[in-house]
Amino acid sequence: MNIIVCVKQVPATTNVQIDPKTGRIIREGVEAIINPFDEYALEEGIRLKEKFGGKVTAISMGPAQVETALRECIARGADETILLSDTNFAGADTLATAYTLACAIKKLAPYDLIVCGKQAIDGDTAQVGPGVAEKLGIPHVCYVRKIREIKDGSIWVERLMEDGYDILFTSLPALITVVKEINVPRLPSLRGMTKAKKAKINIWNAETISAEKNRIGLTSSPTTVKKVFTPPTRSGGETVAGPPEEQAKILVTKLKELKIL
Amino acid sequence: MDYFLSEGQKMIVELCKKIAEEKIKPVRQHYDEIEEFPWPIVEEMAKCDLFRIYIPEEYGGLGGGILDLCLAMEELSKVDGAIALCLAATALGTFPILLFGSEEQKRKYLPDIAAGKRLAAFALTEPQAGSDATAIKTIARKENTTYRLNGTKCFITNAGEAEIYTVIASTSPERGVRGLCVFIVEKGTPGFSFGKKEKKLGIHASSTRELIFQDCFIPKENLLGKEGQGFIIALKTLYVSRPGVAAQAVGIAQGALDEALNYARQRIQFGQAIIHFQAIQHLLADLATQVEAARALVYSTARMIDADPEKKVTKESAMSKLFASEVAMKVTTEAVQIFGGYGYMREYPVEKMMRDAKITQIYEGTNQIQRNEIALALIKESASK
Repeated sequence: MNIIVCVKQVPATTNVQIDPKTGRIIREGVEAIINPFDEYALEEGIRLKEKFGGKVTAISMGPAQVETALRECIARGADETILLSDTNFAGADTLATAYTLACAIKKLAPYDLIVCGKQAIDGDTAQVGPGVAEKLGIPHVCYVRKIREIKDGSIWVERLMEDGYDILFTSLPALITVVKEINVPRLPSLRGMTKAKKAKINIWNAETISAEKNRIGLTSSPTTVKKVFTPPTRSGGETVAGPPEEQAKILVTKLKELKIL
Repeated sequence: MDYFLSEGQKMIVELCKKIAEEKIKPVRQHYDEIEEFPWPIVEEMAKCDLFRIYIPEEYGGLGGGILDLCLAMEELSKVDGAIALCLAATALGTFPILLFGSEEQKRKYLPDIAAGKRLAAFALTEPQAGSDATAIKTIARKENTTYRLNGTKCFITNAGEAEIYTVIASTSPERGVRGLCVFIVEKGTPGFSFGKKEKKLGIHASSTRELIFQDCFIPKENLLGKEGQGFIIALKTLYVSRPGVAAQAVGIAQGALDEALNYARQRIQFGQAIIHFQAIQHLLADLATQVEAARALVYSTARMIDADPEKKVTKESAMSKLFASEVAMKVTTEAVQIFGGYGYMREYPVEKMMRDAKITQIYEGTNQIQRNEIALALIKESASK
């Protein structure tokens, strides 16, 4: 299997500081780590490689210091790494990021599976994974908690939902984003760490991946951050009880009150 | 203190710290209480290549030396000396093969040990032969192409869990220590079984059991070195393994010191953190100095061995084990004192460290035996001047 894992380097804190002027994350002076959800993605990629053979390529977009995150991917078992680094990529929102990653991944074709973490702990958007799949024109499944089977060019997965899980089936190549329930990531090995120290990190720029200038970086990012806040948690809702006919009546009345019907 | 470690050695420290903090710390109390062998952790250690550290590259190892092994032992022992012990005990069981094994024996056993697929153990002690190795009663009778092994070994670390045992037995008891031999005995060999699992003061997560040999036939290919070389093999093994135990002691001591220091900064009595009392400050200062001195001695000994494996290190090896284990006992006892009543409680980590520290003064030669070795070396040195 040819597996691609997308990783992001994030500040090593859950208390992310936001620049009030730009609404962007302040990265200066904060220790950087691999986004924890991406560690699950990498682990899943490596487990698939161990099971089916093939290789794992870790890919990330960011400044030169993201190299340390990619080296850690090698220490944990990734075979190759690609760093998308170009001043023209800077300041990208999720749309421009997804486009940039997709351009690079196209160059890595043919691939079987792209694995991403469900979201990054800094921006928390959960948009880039699905965005990449859309740009590539391949199916995707988010919040995968288990890969049940990969056989005959298709994949069976369990998607974590608020009230249980769905079992989904899709053809390959596909993209999945994974939740922490999927595995327990391994620590690096000494041999891996030695390999990581010597490894060559491939650095690709806009030209390498044939990205269109007007679709990358800050100037091609339509999203602006207005305000950053934690959304209120969903309240419990209301349970309608009684015989089915009565329940239906109450429900219809309520929906009419809410002008939904 | 800067010990000018190599990049590779720093990597070992960094990784072992991660393993200790992320994998061992959350379960150390659990294993101490249930007194079971921590296989899930051992598997993690194996995946991280820790069992490869001191084994040559041609046998699947990383080709590191005694210092590399000591660094791993120290770092793991800061969090849990008992769980760390499976690594040092495997090394102890492996050294006879590394030092005296034939090419064939090395090829057969070392790659699995390096991969952490099979653990090893060293079997010297017997009920009547502790410090006095000359009293060994386990007999190996040569019969055609085999040796028939009979006898009992006791207090064997990793026993029951390990699959490869280096066992000291006598082919000719009338020859005393000159009759001793070392055999590689695999778990599952007919006639080889395990006796009772010991209940111990400390190192609960480590397995300590008897090995029982009843007409256990060992192929002659499993003899290490030559007949009669057993005592030399055992001694040389202990010379290179003792720094590992010493490093375990340094780790336990450092772990207890760190806990005591943190606690002293937080514990408020008489309206202030107890670290502000000079009684506590001077105590911590003394403990920290002793831990650093022990570390310096252990690293120097390990470096000496790595620089020239042929060099005689009896004295230095004994000194590092003696000094580091005495420091570990002292520091852990004082750490419990600094914690006061809380320190005596199992909910806090230092009482376990104190229980675990005690064994380092006893095994791989009691500290009294270490003093004998040191004194003997002093006498020899003086006499040869």
